[in-house]
Amino acid sequence: MTETETRAAGDATTAIDPKLLEILVCPLTKGRLDYDREKQELISRQAKLAYPIRDGIPIMLPEEARPLD
Amino acid sequence: MTGAPALFDRELLRRRLERAARDPADFLLSRVAEDFAERLGAVLRPFETALDLGTPGPQAVAALAADGRPQRIVQAAPVAAALAPGRRDGFVADPSLIATASERFDLVVSLLALQSVDDLPGTLVQTRRVLKPDGLFMACLFGGATLTELRQAFMQAESEMEGGVSPRVAPFADVRDLGGLLQRAGFALPVTDVDTVVVRYASPFGLFRDLRAMGATNPLAARRRDPLRRATLLRAAEIYAERFSDPDGRVRATFELVWMSGWVPHESQQKPLRPGSAAMRLADALRTEEKSAGEKPGD
Repeated sequence: MTETETRAAGDATTAIDPKLLEILVCPLTKGRLDYDREKQELISRQAKLAYPIRDGIPIMLPEEARPLD
Repeated sequence: MTGAPALFDRELLRRRLERAARDPADFLLSRVAEDFAERLGAVLRPFETALDLGTPGPQAVAALAADGRPQRIVQAAPVAAALAPGRRDGFVADPSLIATASERFDLVVSLLALQSVDDLPGTLVQTRRVLKPDGLFMACLFGGATLTELRQAFMQAESEMEGGVSPRVAPFADVRDLGGLLQRAGFALPVTDVDTVVVRYASPFGLFRDLRAMGATNPLAARRRDPLRRATLLRAAEIYAERFSDPDGRVRATFELVWMSGWVPHESQQKPLRPGSAAMRLADALRTEEKSAGEKPGD
């Protein structure tokens, strides 16, 4: 197995379901979210918040989100 | 964000639910989930997509899966520990800040969650928004008579021992208000009803233990921050046992389960006719003679 394949397999266990991404919005603005695969965050540009994804579970709590500037 | 006053300490509430989900006392939630399955079973129509809004355990999702109609069940859990095991179509959110796009669901269910949102009217408006036209909302929450014995015992104990009272039991919604709230949020055909459950314990301490294991100990923002004095707690337990025990010595704890449901309006639903559109006089329909009340509109 090559290294890329290993990583792809590893991602599959924690990656979030595209179907779930499609229905999620920012809980504050109800606006769209951008998925940052690298950082495992969902970004609300309007609210200037990055919601974390922990173990493949989006945490849509403003208190837990990282403020963006 | 909403302008509603912060009654509940949301972070504290989540910590409590997180702890409770690990070793739950979930007999009430299980009972409510069984009732939900029965109520949903009585609604004869398909529901393709369903959202569980804030139920503090996997019970609502399990009931939906057993029902078999929803092709897709999304769980918005209040804490990660409440997610059904292995669930991928789920996320963590505050039930009062709904994080899904508009008009995605045919059914939204919420069991024993909405009693602790600050802004219930706002939450109902958001719920309606995520439902499709002709979508159904069904929820069960604790009502005003819940833990009335505990509220009274604490009030008396605190005023006796400390010369004043502080809020120890959350205010709960009055069932009479909920139908109106549903209507104001734009739901048609609102229905509410109450199921009162009395749980009996060997002593008030059994109740205290269960409340802790349900994550239901005092979540109020205005609670006293210093720990409850042991003497006050013991006096409250004593008053509880004196005033609220059965002849066999066991104590009663009342849980009022308020059910509410409403539909997102759709033209296929029954609705009242436009005023003035009647084709027949009411007096004729009742086979009676119309008598003037002595007043005319505009008088």
